[in-house]
Amino acid sequence: MTTLRVAIVDDHAMFRSGVRAEIDGPVDIVAEAEDVDSAVAVIAESKPDVVLLDVHMPGGGGLEVIRRLHMRHPETKFLALSVSDAAEDVIGIIRAGARGYVTKNISGPELLDAIGRVAAGDAVFSPRLAGFVLDAFAGTIEIAQVDEDLDRLTEREREVMRLIARGYAYKEVAKELFISVKTVETHVSSVLRKLQLSSRHELTRWANDRRLI
Amino acid sequence: MTDQGVTPYRRAYRPADRRLVGGVATGLADHFGVPVLWVRVAFIVATWLQGVGVLVYLLLWRMLPLQNPELSPGLESATRRGLRSGNRAGPVEIAQTAALAAIGVGVLLLIQSTGRGINDNLFGPLLLGVIGLAVVWRQFDDAAWGRWMRQTSGWAFAARIAAGAALVAVAGLYFLTKEGGWGVAVNLASALVVAVVGIALILGPWIAKLAGDLTQERRERVRSQERADVAAHLHDSVLQTLALLQKNAGDPAAVATLARRQERELRDWLYGNDEQPGDSFAAALKASAAEIEDAHRVPVEVIAVGDVPLDAEVVALVRAAREAMVNAAKHAHVDRIDVYAETDGQVAEVFVRDRGVGFDPDTIADDRMGVRGSIVDRIERHGGTATIRSRPGDGTEVALRVPVRAADVPSHPTPTEGGTP
Repeated sequence: MTTLRVAIVDDHAMFRSGVRAEIDGPVDIVAEAEDVDSAVAVIAESKPDVVLLDVHMPGGGGLEVIRRLHMRHPETKFLALSVSDAAEDVIGIIRAGARGYVTKNISGPELLDAIGRVAAGDAVFSPRLAGFVLDAFAGTIEIAQVDEDLDRLTEREREVMRLIARGYAYKEVAKELFISVKTVETHVSSVLRKLQLSSRHELTRWANDRRLI
Repeated sequence: MTDQGVTPYRRAYRPADRRLVGGVATGLADHFGVPVLWVRVAFIVATWLQGVGVLVYLLLWRMLPLQNPELSPGLESATRRGLRSGNRAGPVEIAQTAALAAIGVGVLLLIQSTGRGINDNLFGPLLLGVIGLAVVWRQFDDAAWGRWMRQTSGWAFAARIAAGAALVAVAGLYFLTKEGGWGVAVNLASALVVAVVGIALILGPWIAKLAGDLTQERRERVRSQERADVAAHLHDSVLQTLALLQKNAGDPAAVATLARRQERELRDWLYGNDEQPGDSFAAALKASAAEIEDAHRVPVEVIAVGDVPLDAEVVALVRAAREAMVNAAKHAHVDRIDVYAETDGQVAEVFVRDRGVGFDPDTIADDRMGVRGSIVDRIERHGGTATIRSRPGDGTEVALRVPVRAADVPSHPTPTEGGTP
């Protein structure tokens, strides 16, 4: 397998060098950027496989980077990396097109694993993101018969999300549900797709109301 | 000083951050829980009925209060510094709304051309007047308006207000000239009426807004004071932590624990909800997890989906979960514990999981008081179930589940085991 080409976009130089030290070698770090404009420029030029993208950044944040690049470079995958646990931003960046979300205290090997997964076209759901998804899609499971309905999760997808939220790795989820890891990945990708494509008004409203409960 | 829970009815608002024109459609969509497109179409349909849709829209615009999004301090600051972009309306929505608006105007014209509408001479000026009002009112909604009123500066605002007023005036003039033929006295009277109505329309909202502004300002002041307090507190605690870190530099475990606790505090304040442990299921569980993190120096990751107020069952559940966390922290030899809590309002569940050494659940019968008494028995006493899954070398997962009392009782603080104040 060829080495993956990765770009790191974060406004903290210390964090960038930390990530570089942890993952350089197994992956090839081809670009770094510290704000939206420079990120758009270097990504368009170096065309990395995966972009590690900070959520909060000068110039409009990671969301703006994805908005500007997603249409022109659909082959570039984005993995959001953040210290912010704010549901508004996490869901926002996923809906914009990121294929996963991990927190900044993730370990090197876990990050490498996540990069590989994202590069392969799969989704990376941390327990927290799974929790947000369950919260956002709550209350509509009992009528989840049709697979193709973007507004609700199927029973199986919900089970997978619950296990991920409980701290299970994909492999453990597969073992628990007696399915293959590939099937778990399929379910997670399908949840990601629903999260991105659903026009479900509750999604936006949920993110907005979350603070008012 | 009433908060959300106390108001007897739910109010509709116009969300300031997501509106396209006045925010009426978005606000109504939020209120009724329907897609915003439906509301917009409904307005168009209502317009067919003698232009009622337009009238209702204007009335609601005036009557529904504007609501600015309340963000956590971290997000607010990030927004202000341009580190994040809000959920602005996408090009699709803007195009869709423009198309709908065009249909709306078309509907009005159609009503006119079929002769069902108002006097042809009045139609043009009225349309002009309504657009003028919209321009002026849009300005009233902006937060900057308040400042402008006080500072009397800012050319853009003055210009736009003037444009709005001019449109209203032109409408009046046009109306008067077209209506020529009446007596001079009648003309004068009509002109006066139009002028007064115009002025009332423009200034009325401002006068009505004065009262609202005062409350808003008071709340803002209280909030900024609270924030100053919290900032001071955080400042102290961060300095404390840094001092402790330097002192404990030789002890990696202590350093990690201190850093983790500081991170949790900051994170809660910046991005979290400022809920108290006595408030709810999720908050109580998070508080327990935090205690264990500090006491046993193991990170405990809590994910909560849904929330319910505390009652006796839920308190028992939280305590049993706490016990399970303590066990995991003490015996599992792990560097991370995952806690997942979920409730749908009828059942509350907690899963405490570690990837540690594990044990054989059959051998814990009597000697491990923690598991029997504090977890399984406690949960069963409250009508719930507790399952412990563990195998030596394969980690442990404790699954706890209790029924929740009907939550539709108005939220009087229920007397709990712990006796919340």
